[in-house]
Formats: sequence, structure tokens, C-alpha cells
Amino acid sequence: MFGYIIRRVLLMIPTLIVISIISFVIIQLPPGDYLTSYAAQLSAQGDTIDAQGLKALEERYGLGQPIHVQYFKWVSGIILRGDWGQSMEWQKPVKDLIWERLALTILLSSVAILVSWFIAIPVGVYSATHQYSIPDYVLSVISFVGVGTPGFLLALIVMYLAMSQLNQSVGGLFSSEFLLAPWSLAKVVDMLKHLWIPVLIIALESTAGSIRTTRANLLDELNKPYVETARAKGLEEGKLIWKYPVRVALNPFFSTVGWSLASLISGQTLIAVVLSLQTTGPMMLRALMSQDMYLAGSFLLLLSSLTVIGTLVSDIILAWVDPRIRLRG
Amino acid sequence: MANVDNNDMDMLEEGQDVEEVTAKEEKVYVASYWQLMWWRFRKHKMAIISVVILVLFYFVAVFSEFVAPYDPEQYFVQYKLAPPTRIHFIDTEGQLCWPFVYQITQEKDPETYRNIYIEDTETPYPIQLFVRGSEYQMWGLWTMDLHLFGLSVPQAEQGIFLMGADRLGRDVFSRTAYGARISLSIGLIGVLLSLTVGIVLGGISGYYGGIPDTIIQRVIEFIRTIPSIPLWMALSAALPNDWPIVKTYFAITVILSLIGWTYMARVVRGRFLAMREEDFVMSARLVGSSEMRIILRHMLPSFLSYIIASLTLSIPSMILAETGLSYIGLGLRAPAISWGVLLREAQNVRSLALAPWVLIPAAAVIIAVLAFNFVGDGLRDAADPYAR
Amino acid sequence: MENNHLLLEVKNLKTHFFLDEGTVRALDGVDFVIKRGQTLGVVGESGCGKSVTARSILRIVPQPGRIVDGEIMLYLPAQSNHSTLTNVVNLTRLNPRGTQIRSIRGCRIALVPQEPMTSLSPVHTLGNQIVEAIVLHQEVSQAEAREKAIYMLDLVGMPQPSRTIDRYPHELSGGMRQRGMIAMALSCHPSLLIADEPTTALDVTTEAQILKLMQRLQQELGMAIMFITHNLGVVARMTEHVIVMYMGKVVEEADVDTIFHNPKHPYTQALLKSIPRLGQRTRERRRLESISGSVPDPYSIPKGCSFHPRCSQRIVGLCDQEEPPNIEIGPGHKTRCVLYR
Repeated sequence: MFGYIIRRVLLMIPTLIVISIISFVIIQLPPGDYLTSYAAQLSAQGDTIDAQGLKALEERYGLGQPIHVQYFKWVSGIILRGDWGQSMEWQKPVKDLIWERLALTILLSSVAILVSWFIAIPVGVYSATHQYSIPDYVLSVISFVGVGTPGFLLALIVMYLAMSQLNQSVGGLFSSEFLLAPWSLAKVVDMLKHLWIPVLIIALESTAGSIRTTRANLLDELNKPYVETARAKGLEEGKLIWKYPVRVALNPFFSTVGWSLASLISGQTLIAVVLSLQTTGPMMLRALMSQDMYLAGSFLLLLSSLTVIGTLVSDIILAWVDPRIRLRG
Repeated sequence: MANVDNNDMDMLEEGQDVEEVTAKEEKVYVASYWQLMWWRFRKHKMAIISVVILVLFYFVAVFSEFVAPYDPEQYFVQYKLAPPTRIHFIDTEGQLCWPFVYQITQEKDPETYRNIYIEDTETPYPIQLFVRGSEYQMWGLWTMDLHLFGLSVPQAEQGIFLMGADRLGRDVFSRTAYGARISLSIGLIGVLLSLTVGIVLGGISGYYGGIPDTIIQRVIEFIRTIPSIPLWMALSAALPNDWPIVKTYFAITVILSLIGWTYMARVVRGRFLAMREEDFVMSARLVGSSEMRIILRHMLPSFLSYIIASLTLSIPSMILAETGLSYIGLGLRAPAISWGVLLREAQNVRSLALAPWVLIPAAAVIIAVLAFNFVGDGLRDAADPYAR
Repeated sequence: MENNHLLLEVKNLKTHFFLDEGTVRALDGVDFVIKRGQTLGVVGESGCGKSVTARSILRIVPQPGRIVDGEIMLYLPAQSNHSTLTNVVNLTRLNPRGTQIRSIRGCRIALVPQEPMTSLSPVHTLGNQIVEAIVLHQEVSQAEAREKAIYMLDLVGMPQPSRTIDRYPHELSGGMRQRGMIAMALSCHPSLLIADEPTTALDVTTEAQILKLMQRLQQELGMAIMFITHNLGVVARMTEHVIVMYMGKVVEEADVDTIFHNPKHPYTQALLKSIPRLGQRTRERRRLESISGSVPDPYSIPKGCSFHPRCSQRIVGLCDQEEPPNIEIGPGHKTRCVLYR
């Protein structure tokens, strides 16, 4: 098991390297030189930057030097000094901007995954054990609609309903008085009050998918001989379903938790834009729009790394719950 | 499982007609693969309904100039944010008659100063089919003025807005019809692109195995670890703003296919691997069929149905991705018309509360996506007609 | 009392499967009895209803199957003080998910399934699954149940039982898994052990070991065994009484010697002719016969005798019209064939 984890962690490294290269390429994509546009922006705001300041920036990013030198400067800055570059738009180091947003993104995604499992697993099990019954049919239709309705449209619809029916705005994660306030207990409480709508919307998409996966996997397992063995023992039907086939049917769940985390973070981006949540999505969008490339690139790098780590964690969990894999690894 | 009772016995006797069952069974034995597939597909009622809906949608997409009553860019100054025009079937005398609309006049609400629209029951306008209206370039090739439906009076006098008007007074129905063209085709083209790449790479991966397989699998795994929407956002943000619509359209399609092909490649590879082990492939090899013949004659047919099913199932994510990107302003941009671009109208929650009908393109997206999902699901079930 | 050695009596059992394509009459009127301590062989080709019979007795017929008619009487030993009467339960009348049938399943009647490879849950240890069966039917603590499980594993000849108990099924060989299954089945001392082709998935050497083990255990524990197989060699070796099934019906029933030396039903005769025998070639050069045709399509059972399309002795106009009666042609020897009317 330990060797398995070590091997998986080592395998992760090349992936992270390629991800960083791609993020760097994206930072470089917009036409024009970063420094020129930075200076242009500063002068547009009435500031000027002295030659010395420019020199310092040039040194920091290795500008004007070959592209691979720039890449190494950027990467080593991140790894050695935690320097993610400078956000042009915010006039702040990127590192001051990203972490809170990233933490909220992770919080929201993890809660959403838990909520979606909490709903999807019992519903999926019920649907599979009552195949072709009326509730199964209704649940299937609902989950089909859930799969088909993209999260950001749902968010839009929920906003509209809240606006027109309750005359309430549901956007954001905080009330306005806490928006810029430092973290405090009151702010956390305030966030929890706002959290449930985004969480439900984010969870819905994956919930619907998970219901269908659980149902399909369980239907495959229900006819396996080991279920009959358990039944022939005289075990109670409900107990045996949860102990044996559900247990096996949920394995693919753990193996895809990494991917579902990826698609959650990905899908959440658009939902967050619609609901103007204080997560990575809206800030990344804004950064992209204003070509604030160090900020945008950092987000891409961080979100991708998050997915890689998520996949790793899910692989480890899978190895832990499924003895067949544990021993092979 | 149930206890024995009389009902069961009754059911039993009714269900037994040995002769007829034999005839039916015989038909199954001689049916071709595609016939069997169709029979199974037919059982999936939702899939059949969805096929009808999709045919309708694509008809609108292909003939949007003809289906839309107005030019999508035409402003009706007097109908800003007008609600959907009510269509009446019963005239003032209470008689059932050909559908018509009433003259609509704009008034200001004395308190809120908002525009309100009032029906004037004095002047009815019948809705006409195949009416001559504003001129348009059919497929950009020739000039026509025939529309599927409309009013016979000039637009200045009275318009018909099946789905209301947006804040500039443009007909939402006409715009949705035009939007179908981009939104529905981007899925198809994107999927075909993904398929081409996916079949080549997945085929190599599945058929040859070994090192090419390992490399391709690594690449796929890698691409799948990058969260797609942030990547799409970053890539489409890099597209120059001044590109013409067509160029942006293809660029977006390529960007979407960049991730899409991995899914197709996985499906193709999986089928190849499964098929390689099948007994019928083994027997074909044993009787000395050439590799080409095995692939084309034996593997491809049992394969094609899976490909078609997966193809259908991956169209929705393409449609959704385009809609999402255009919605946040990173995909297609006005003056291009796609469902995502139209939904930008709904960005402001307050205007949404005033004119909820600008959300109608969202309904179009959801219906199209659902229909594709149902068809794909039906196809997937039907793809394996011998399975129970 | 005459019924005293009777353990299980199956009367006119009909189990049908209601599929979209039609109704499959998997069991179409099955009658037989099993006496205490007896080994009954159930023989027939694939799809003749052997396994469905086993599942009907345990009331675990999978969906969309259903027992539509008939009785399965289980004669439980009389409770020592209460009365002299045997306690009779009609299994078909029980709710298949109820407590009563569940207290019989795995306790009075146990099953050894066909596929030792897939019949154990891959994600639980062998011990976990055996202990579960013990705790379910006996009032013992977890620790006692574990003791007992180790004892049972030892009894079935499992090497190093105190360590094997914590193994996962995929760490065990097919033969070991089947020993584990037998240990689990016997853990509650059932009166009837249903062995559904317990050795089909095993290699010949392991098969011999498992068969020997079952014989030994039967002598030691004295339970009745319903031995389902399509292997006539196994039948000859293991059983005392045999029923031959074809298309959901018992076509011939007799003690094992009669079945092998004086088979009456054309199907039984054909079955026996299809097994090769050592030394036969020197006496008479005879081709090994096979039964012409294959089991008919289950949706459309032939009219009359269901075997008539494949029967070499069929009487046109009779066999394809009339369902043959069950005829007693000797003591304990019955057959369903018009030839003996």
C-alpha cells in the first residue's frame, strides 16, 4: 500500500510539469509584451514607472530572454519563493489574490460532492432495487433532466425564481457588509447561510449523473452469484443489498471521485460566474477578459493541479476500499 | 417473486399462444443486425419522441431564414421588452376561428414608468402561413421573402412575437431560430472532429496495443486531468476579438474538440480491445480472413452502433460548452447569434425579472440536450441487440 | 408414522419466468421427494430447470421468475417435548422476504453454488462471510462465531484455517473457495444441502477432492444432499436416488442402479448412450451417440411430450398430441412416457 502511494505520487510529477508548461503557454498567448502593456496600463492610470522599476520587473520575469528561460524563472519563482507573478489589474502580487478564492472553491466543491453522494447513493440504490417501478421511472426522468440541465442555466433559473417570487437576490457567498471584512466567526456564519444554494446547484449536475451511475452499476451487481449466496444464507434483503452489491457497485464511484472533482470545479466555474460567488471562476474570467495573464495562468495551473491531486486521492481511496487493487499495487 | 394466487394463474393462461410466439421468434432469428437494433430502439419511447424533436430543431436550424418571421437584427422600437404575443383562437363573439392576434399598443405605466403592452380587441390580425414578408438571403445564395408564418400587415403596423421581444425590440423567436444554426451545428461539427481524431488514435491504441497504446493513454489521461471549462476559457480568451464570426466559430469548435476526442478515443479503444477477444473475430482469423477484411467486415458493423451511440451522447456537452462560453462572453460574440449569445440578454437579473422570456433560448438548449441524451441512451441500449 | 423419514416433498411445482418475449415455463409440474439423509441426484441438460428447482426450494427465484403453482413441503424434525407430529412448512406459501423463510434458508436448507469464483463477495474476507452466516442463525457472539468458522474450515479440509479465514476470495484457489462455500453452507448443520453443480467450474483433481469431502461430511453430519449435476459419472458415484429432468419436468425417477442399468425413458436412455465407457470398444464397435437436436426454444415448448421432436421411438399422432402420464413401472421407478402405458 505504501509503495503504491509512493509510485502514484512519483507518477504525478511529470503530469504537473506538463500542466505548468501549458499554463505558461497560455500566459504567453496574448499578443504583445507583458511589460509594455503593464507600462501602458500604468500610464493610462496616470502613474509612471521609472526605468529602475522596469528593470526590476524585467529581471523578475526574465523578459527579453529566450522563452525557456522565462519559463524556468516563472516556475522557480513559484516553487522557491511562492512568487506567482504580479496581477496587472489588481496591482497586487497574484499570491495575495488566489488563496482565499481557491480555498472557497475547494470548500464548495467538496461540500457539493458530499451532498451529491448523500442524495445520489440512496436514490440510486432505491432506483436499482425497484427497477421498472413507478418511482424508478420518475427518478430516472428527473435525473435525466438533471443531467441535461447545465448548472449555469439552473443557476440562472434559480436566480430568476428567487428574484421574481421571493424578491431576493441569491448571488454571492457573503452579505454585502461582510464582503470585504476580514474573516471572523460572524463572517463564517454569514457564509454558511449563503452556501446552500450554490452547493445545491453545483451538486445537482453531478447528483443526477451519480444516480444513473449507481443505478447502472448496482443493476450489474445485483445478479452476481455472490448476492445469491448472501440471500441463500437467509440474510435480510435490505441488509444484504447494502453490505454486498452496493459496496461493490460504489467502487467505481471512488475511482472517479478525482474526475468528478475535476468536472465539479470545471462546472462550478460557470455557476460561480452566474451567481457571482467569491471563488476562482469569476476572478479567472475577469483576469482573462482583461488579459491579466499571470493571474489567469496561475488559476489554470492551480485548478489543474487540484484535479491531479484529487485523482491521486481517489486512487488511494479506491485501493483502500478494494482489496483486489490493493494487492495488485 | 410473489405468492401463488389465482391472478397469476389467469395471467399465465392469457399469455400463452405457442404458435404465435414461434412465428415471432422466427422473425427475430432471421432479422439483420440493423433490424434488431431498430426493433430495440423503437421500444424506447422517449428516444423516439426525441428523434422527432431533433428533426424539428434541425429543420429550424437549416431553414432558419424561412422559419423566422423577421430578420434577427431588426429592431421594433415600439416593442422593447414586449411579452410574447398572445395568440387567440376564439374571436370576440366566442366563435372558434383561425388563430389571430390583436393590435398591441404600448403605454407607460403611470406609476413605474415602465412600458406595458395592451391588446386592442378592435383590430384582429389573422396569422397567415407562407406569408410574404421581409426579404432575406436564403443560405446567403438567393433572395427570398417567403416566411413560414407571419402577419399580412406591414411590420410597422403590428408584429408577432411568439417568444416576446428583447430589450432592443428584436423578436426572440427569430433570434432563437437563427441561433439554432450555430448552436446545433457546433455540436455536430465538433463531434465529427473529435471522432476523426478519436477513431485514428483510439484505433491505433486498441488495435496495436503496446507502446503506442501506452503513450496515447497517457496523453488522454493527462488531458482529462485539466478541468475543461477553465482550459476552454483560457484558450478562447486568447482568440483575437477582431476575427470574423466564421473563423471564431471554427476556432471554438477546434478548442472544444481538443478535449472531446479523448472520450471518443477511449470508446473506440475499448471496443477494439473487447472485439479482439471475441470468438467471431477469432474464427474469422482462423479461416484466414485478412486483417482488413476482419476490421471492415466483422468488427466495424458491431462497432458502428456503439460509435453512433457515443457520438450522440457527446453532442450535448459540446452544445453546452458553446452556450456556456458564449454566455460568459468568451465564446462567440454578437453580432454572431447562438443560444449562448442570446442568453447574455439574461445576465442582468433585474431585466430577467422584467422579461423572463429572454430565458427561452435556455429552454431550447435544455430540450436539445435532453433529446440528444435520450436518443443516445436508446441507441446505446439498442446497440447490443443480442444482450438482454 | 410413515412420513417420519420424509424431509422435503415437492408437488406439481411450477415456476415460470415472465419475460417480454413470452413466458418461459422453467418448471412445469415437478414432483419428487427427498428423505432424511438421502442423496438425490438431479440430472439433465443445461436449461432443463435443475437450478430453478433449487432456487424455488430456497425461494430465491430471480426476477421476473415466480412460483405459480405447486407445493414444497419441508418436514422439520418434531420439537422434542411438544408433540409427536412433525412440523410441516409449505415453503411456497411463505413470503420470500419474510422472517420465516429466512430462518430456513442457510439454516435448514443451505446452498453450495455452481461458481466458487464469483459466489463470494470480492470485497469481504472469507471469514466475514462465514461468520455472518453463523451469527445470523445461531445465538453466539462474534468471537464464538469466528471460533466456529475456523472449526468449520478445518472440517472441510482448508489448510491453515486460522489464517485462511482472513483471506479475500481472490487470494484463494477455486477448490479452496468451494471448500469455503461448503463450510459456510454447513455452518448451521442444515438438514438439506443443495449442491448446484458444485464441481462444474473445478478441474478434475479438485472435483474428486470436493466430492470425497462431501461424501465424508454427509457421513459425519448426516444431512440430505440434493446433488444437481449434468455429469452422469458424478451421479453414479455420489447419489442413491436419481431424478432425470427435461424441459421443466421430471421424466424419470428411480434409484441409481435402475437408472443406469434399466433406464426406461428414451431421454434417459439417450443420455446414457452419450457417455463413453472404458473397454467398450473392444466388445462392440459402437459410435458414441448424441441426442439429435438440442433443447427446444424455451418460449415454445412442443405440444404433447416435450421430448418427442428428438425422440427416436416417437409415435406420430400420439407423442405430439398427448402429454404422457407419469407411470409407475416398478417400486420407486416412475417415468413419463406413453411407451409404458
